[in-house]
Amino acid sequence: MATFKEFRNNVKPNWCPGCGDFSVQAAIQRAAANVGLEPEQLAVISGIGCSGRISGYINAYGLHGIHGRALPIAQGVKLANRELTVIASGGDGDGFAIGMGHTVHAIRRNLDITYIVMDNQIYGLTKGQTSPRSAEGFKTKSTPEGSIESTLSPLEIALSAGATFVAQSFSSDLKQLTSLIEQGLQHKGFSLINVFSPCVTFNKINTYDWFKEHIVNLDQFPDYDPTNRVAAMNKIMETGGMLTGLIYQNKERKSYEDLAVGFKPEGIAKQDIKLSRDEFEKLLTEFK
Amino acid sequence: MISQLSWKIGGQQGEGVESTDRIFSTALNRLGYYLYGYRHFSSRIKGGHTNNKIRISTKPIRAISDDLDILVAFDQESIDLNAHELRPGGVVVADAKFSPTIPEGVQARLFAVPITSIAEELGTSLMKNMVASGASWALLGLSMDVFNKAVEEEFGRKGPAIVEKNIEAVRRGAEFVLEQAGGPLEEFKLADADGKQKLFMIGNEAMALGTLAAGCRLMSAYPITPASEIMEWLIKKLPKFGGTVVQTEDEIAAVTMAIGANYAGVRTMTASAGPGLSLMMEAIGLSGMTETPLVIVDTQRGGPSTGLPTKQEQSDINALINGTHGEIPKVVIAPSTIEECFYDMIEGFNISEQYQVPVIIATDLQLSLGKQTCEALEYDKIVIDRGKLVTGELPPTEENRLFKRYEFTEDGVSPRVIPGVKHGIHHVTGVEHDQEGRPSESAINRKKMMDKRLNKLNDLRITDAVKVDAPNANPDLLVIAMGSTGGTIEEARERLSAEGISTNRIMVRQMHPFPSELLKPHLDAAKKVIVLENNATGQLANLIKLNVGSHDKIRNLLKYDGTPFLPSEIHNACKELN
Ligand SMILES: Cc1ncc(C[n+]2csc(CCOP(=O)(O)OP(=O)(O)O)c2C)c(N)n1
Ligand code: SF4
Ligand SMILES: [Mg+2]
Repeated sequence: MATFKEFRNNVKPNWCPGCGDFSVQAAIQRAAANVGLEPEQLAVISGIGCSGRISGYINAYGLHGIHGRALPIAQGVKLANRELTVIASGGDGDGFAIGMGHTVHAIRRNLDITYIVMDNQIYGLTKGQTSPRSAEGFKTKSTPEGSIESTLSPLEIALSAGATFVAQSFSSDLKQLTSLIEQGLQHKGFSLINVFSPCVTFNKINTYDWFKEHIVNLDQFPDYDPTNRVAAMNKIMETGGMLTGLIYQNKERKSYEDLAVGFKPEGIAKQDIKLSRDEFEKLLTEFK
Repeated sequence: MISQLSWKIGGQQGEGVESTDRIFSTALNRLGYYLYGYRHFSSRIKGGHTNNKIRISTKPIRAISDDLDILVAFDQESIDLNAHELRPGGVVVADAKFSPTIPEGVQARLFAVPITSIAEELGTSLMKNMVASGASWALLGLSMDVFNKAVEEEFGRKGPAIVEKNIEAVRRGAEFVLEQAGGPLEEFKLADADGKQKLFMIGNEAMALGTLAAGCRLMSAYPITPASEIMEWLIKKLPKFGGTVVQTEDEIAAVTMAIGANYAGVRTMTASAGPGLSLMMEAIGLSGMTETPLVIVDTQRGGPSTGLPTKQEQSDINALINGTHGEIPKVVIAPSTIEECFYDMIEGFNISEQYQVPVIIATDLQLSLGKQTCEALEYDKIVIDRGKLVTGELPPTEENRLFKRYEFTEDGVSPRVIPGVKHGIHHVTGVEHDQEGRPSESAINRKKMMDKRLNKLNDLRITDAVKVDAPNANPDLLVIAMGSTGGTIEEARERLSAEGISTNRIMVRQMHPFPSELLKPHLDAAKKVIVLENNATGQLANLIKLNVGSHDKIRNLLKYDGTPFLPSEIHNACKELN
């Protein structure tokens, strides 16, 4: 069985020292090993942004696509070969601005993939503009007077879109993050894991210390019931979205693959694609 | 006895025009006639005038006719809008309910049949269409049994009582009109067809069938006119072959999902029209850059913006060829017949995997939606070639090295391995990359990679890249076109030839990369060249000028009012331009 080291490659990330994304990378590598994957069984599909580079830093199949489209690409991979474990990953701009439409619909579709968002409340790669996750009043290069748009709550949106797995974590809490990714990988359906992953270069407000101060860790509430959707929504609102841990999980709802008629357990990629003469002739009869 | 005839049915959308047309043409197809249909419709679902026209012939035909022999009308509007097409001596079968009149100046015989009252007597006005079609079928004097069989199939699943009722409606309509006319109309007696069973379908169905035969097992798409029939047909079939259709949230999701699925090893396509194609542009670049196969169907319709969504146009040519930023290898194929719609899908999927490039199959609305006779489709011509797809085991890679997914090779095409294969791990990125797929900004690598990708298609010539009919060594006119216009051009050429004007014809099928060398000798040999297309700016003509030259010889024949060319229009324009 592969260890987390086998999920490492020799590519040196071009992230700034101290960037939160390093821990996300490490957590994915650990979680993949912990759930017993071999590198070739994993496909990491990422978007564009500093965070989007992550697929190149993990020894697994990886595709670094276009801005905002990690999810539809990842869903295509999963549809083609459901035997693969598929992780989609990217930034808050990637998933909650340009790609928000896909995020909501991927949640509704509920294919068995794990979506890990590196949420730094800013656009890192383009050097510091506002993101839908930025707080109101947040000053950036594109909002010199402070953002006047409300902050998006992806967790609330996920719940209302019918998410079957919603979690949030923090780069500094490698243990919790790794565990949540493992649970996400094992969840039979779409899992959203939003990770507070500080941008040390462009976001001087939402720093590691700031997060430590504001985060409410659900692990400290043994009575919290993540199967209760109403309680989950309340908790998100109560904490202003600053909670970490497993927020909601629905193990009852079947994944898209299991609901789709005619979908077999083995990947389509492995099926024979040539029609037999009989099959073809039969198809022609409706046109006669 | 006549060898061909045109029949049209008109009414309000939702009034049964479609189903009448379907039963009528199914019965004709059973008798072995060649058929070619044209649908006039608008974006409204209910209400608004709509009509379907069928041309019926004992010989192959691939064009609508200039005129009309029989018009079946559910309302006066249908008569007013279409009667001008009737040739002298034509026939109108109309519902007596609205006291139909023939417009002044039109010489046609009117049969006012109590269509609505017969239907209501039998229980429901819904059966109007059966009364009407029964009446018009009876006038042709064709086998009632064959017609009733088609009715039975249309309503079979609703139970024998319904079938009985509809057949009764047909009988009553036929009986009434035959009494009025004193029997079937001699002047409309069609010669027997060859009796051989033919296929009858729309271009979208031919493409969907070709897609399935090509081994495509996934489709991701967003509904749009005139492409939706492709997904609607495939969703009925793909689950039986282990696949599925996903209706995505938009065309960006559709195309990127298709890229993901192709990357993971399944032949996957999407289909759309102009607006969707516009949304796909960035992703087409991703496919080209990452050398991931991708097949897209573009069913062209009236643009720009929402344009004329239910009307004929061929105005996406520039976008198809030049769309996406940067420079990628890409193939654009334009089928020109319904049979090609089928075979081009298979070839398109093959090329897409052999060369690891995006392939766009571009039809136009008339080719996509016009229902027509299709020659036998041959199973033995279905060949699947997946190019350099690695299927077996791979040897371990060297320490710290990845599989060379973008290895420099003689033909520029590298071995492709799909996720899941041991020792095949590599990276894929839309960022410029090295042979293992890792991002690279090296100038040397950049140039080599660009050349590798862009030279892959240097020698590509698809089957019949241009379809040439050149009986004349130095024709007066060479007519060049693409898509659905070929059959109409043929009819115009017959008339021109009868008048002593010699013509050659070329249908361009490989739109990109442009097969200049195949066209050039024909342009050189012609006295004048007419490039015929359904757009306002002469996009195909410009393509020819750009690639082949011959500017001084080329004349545009353009039509962009939303309707397909008629044979007479081409005939007259060619005479004028000659
Ligand atoms: C279609 C398109 N628009 C804009 C860009 C430029 N762009 C690249 S990344 C990015 C935003 C990055 O922010 P985020 O997704 O939060 O990722 P981060 O860098 O913060 O990890 C933008 C706007 C692009 N690559 N593509
Ligand atoms: S700019 Fe910010 S997000 Fe990007 S690598 Fe540096 S710290 Fe990380
Ligand atoms: Mg960000």
